[in-house]
Amino acid sequence: MVENRPILNLISHLVLLFGIAIVALPIWITFVAATHDAVRMAQAPIPMLPGSYFWQNFKETLFGSGLSGTQTTAVWRMLLNSLTMALMISFGKIAISLISAFAIVYFKFPFRMGFFWMIFLTLMLPVEVRILPTFEVVAKLGMLNSYWGLSIPLIASATATFMFRQVFLTIPDEMLESARIDGAGPLRFFWDILIPLSRTNIAALFVILFIYGWNQYLWPLLITTDADMTTIVMSIKQMLQAAEQSPQWNIIMMTALLAMIPPVFVVITMQKLFVKGLTETDK
Amino acid sequence: MLKRVHFPTSALPYFLVAPQVLITLIFFIWPASQAIYQSFLIEDAFGLSSEFVWFENFSILFDDEKYLSTFGRTIFFSIAVAFLSMSVALILAGFADRIVRGATAYRTLLIWPYAVAPVLAGALWVFMFNPTLGIFPFLLDMVGIDWNHYLNGGQAMTLVVIAAAWKQIAYNFLFYLAAMQSIPRSFIEAAAIDGAGPIRRFWDLVLPLISPTTFFLLVINAVYAFFDTFGIIHVVTQGGPANATTILVYKVYVDGFVGLDLGGSAAQSVILMIMVIAMTVIQFRYIERKVEY
Repeated sequence: MVENRPILNLISHLVLLFGIAIVALPIWITFVAATHDAVRMAQAPIPMLPGSYFWQNFKETLFGSGLSGTQTTAVWRMLLNSLTMALMISFGKIAISLISAFAIVYFKFPFRMGFFWMIFLTLMLPVEVRILPTFEVVAKLGMLNSYWGLSIPLIASATATFMFRQVFLTIPDEMLESARIDGAGPLRFFWDILIPLSRTNIAALFVILFIYGWNQYLWPLLITTDADMTTIVMSIKQMLQAAEQSPQWNIIMMTALLAMIPPVFVVITMQKLFVKGLTETDK
Repeated sequence: MLKRVHFPTSALPYFLVAPQVLITLIFFIWPASQAIYQSFLIEDAFGLSSEFVWFENFSILFDDEKYLSTFGRTIFFSIAVAFLSMSVALILAGFADRIVRGATAYRTLLIWPYAVAPVLAGALWVFMFNPTLGIFPFLLDMVGIDWNHYLNGGQAMTLVVIAAAWKQIAYNFLFYLAAMQSIPRSFIEAAAIDGAGPIRRFWDLVLPLISPTTFFLLVINAVYAFFDTFGIIHVVTQGGPANATTILVYKVYVDGFVGLDLGGSAAQSVILMIMVIAMTVIQFRYIERKVEY
């Protein structure tokens, strides 16, 4: 605080509260919509204050058949699919990036830089620009409609590899020297020294990658045709399409709420790690 | 790059890089090369045979008015999203930087939309703007505006811009706030002693000092608007009405998966690839991420 200006402070708080209100408005309306019954949600204008149907909608959405006539998979199954996919993507990315960064930093071998640039290339080839041929590869490998197909093609990661490379480079050489004097081989060194030293980075990266994995949309949309493999994020689109015939906004908005709670919960509870991960991976 | 002290050469490093390199080859490099190859082919109407045509797919694209207008629309969309979301984030960060008490609470309440999937952000906004039920058409009706984004292309574009910008505010806010907080307090104090008020200090001191962050965010937001907004477009407008919200990524998807125009879709993929490469090079080559004074 440079100078004391009570009025400016007041304005600052007001602007920030206004900003929060704008940012939070969509979620408030979603929450309110999820607490009314279908009849009320079909009348304009929609309510702005919560109703009393929250638990009923919750149970109907999570365990019921969802929207009448359209839904075939229960929402709990979709949540499970999303969770599996998000965890496979984040653990997979962390695991393969850790070991490749270890190889690139701690070993001298032919084509080392070639491999490094190959990994760098993945940064320039997001799914969106190679939709069709990637789909064909996955189809040929028989990975459509499987958890492997949902996660494996997404787990190559240049950013994660770079981040671990950066972390390893800051670890003093004396660590390796003393470990070798004590008779530790490469894998022992990796497991007992490098992994513990990069624990916070792994956790920060996990937070970011979990959100990334959970929120995947285009990829699951392409490779899942089986209703049992639908992820929760994908299902919103199908529900909205169905809503054009029979609007059940209470159920749709409850599903939307369930779909965003896990990643939002992760961001809010692990805020420090989230901020660290966000600022370190985008380098 | 390499540690001064390292392990002796053995087969081990090859095993360590193998998983990452295999996935890169199978799911990234091979499909990308396929896209490049297919972009030089034209299939006949029945998909039975294909002919190698060099750059004909590209010249068809660049003669196609629809494609060129999609290009222009995508650029407009990115600029609008970046401008809207960055200016809101800048204002909020400017005020948050002043606050001593409750700053963390404000930050928590402002950053969570980052975790909302683009397609969900789209779903929330499309619900609020639903022409018959939504709260905003109801309010707009009072001031005489008839809202229907299913029919009005301009309104559809406005809606996708708002939804896309809303989700990105959190990210921009975090980076702006971090940049402002890294400005040494002595600079601000010196300016205050010289008689500069808060607004003057913001314009003449803070804004120039955080310009590297602004440039960085500009690139990040452009990449976001180009590639990560597929879900928003898909759920809010499906590119309509009458292609008013079809952006490049959405067109690749529609032409390839719905229209089954393999050569044309592949040629569009290749153009997009060139754009990502350009943006990545800008991001790595010209952006000094560390804000140092």
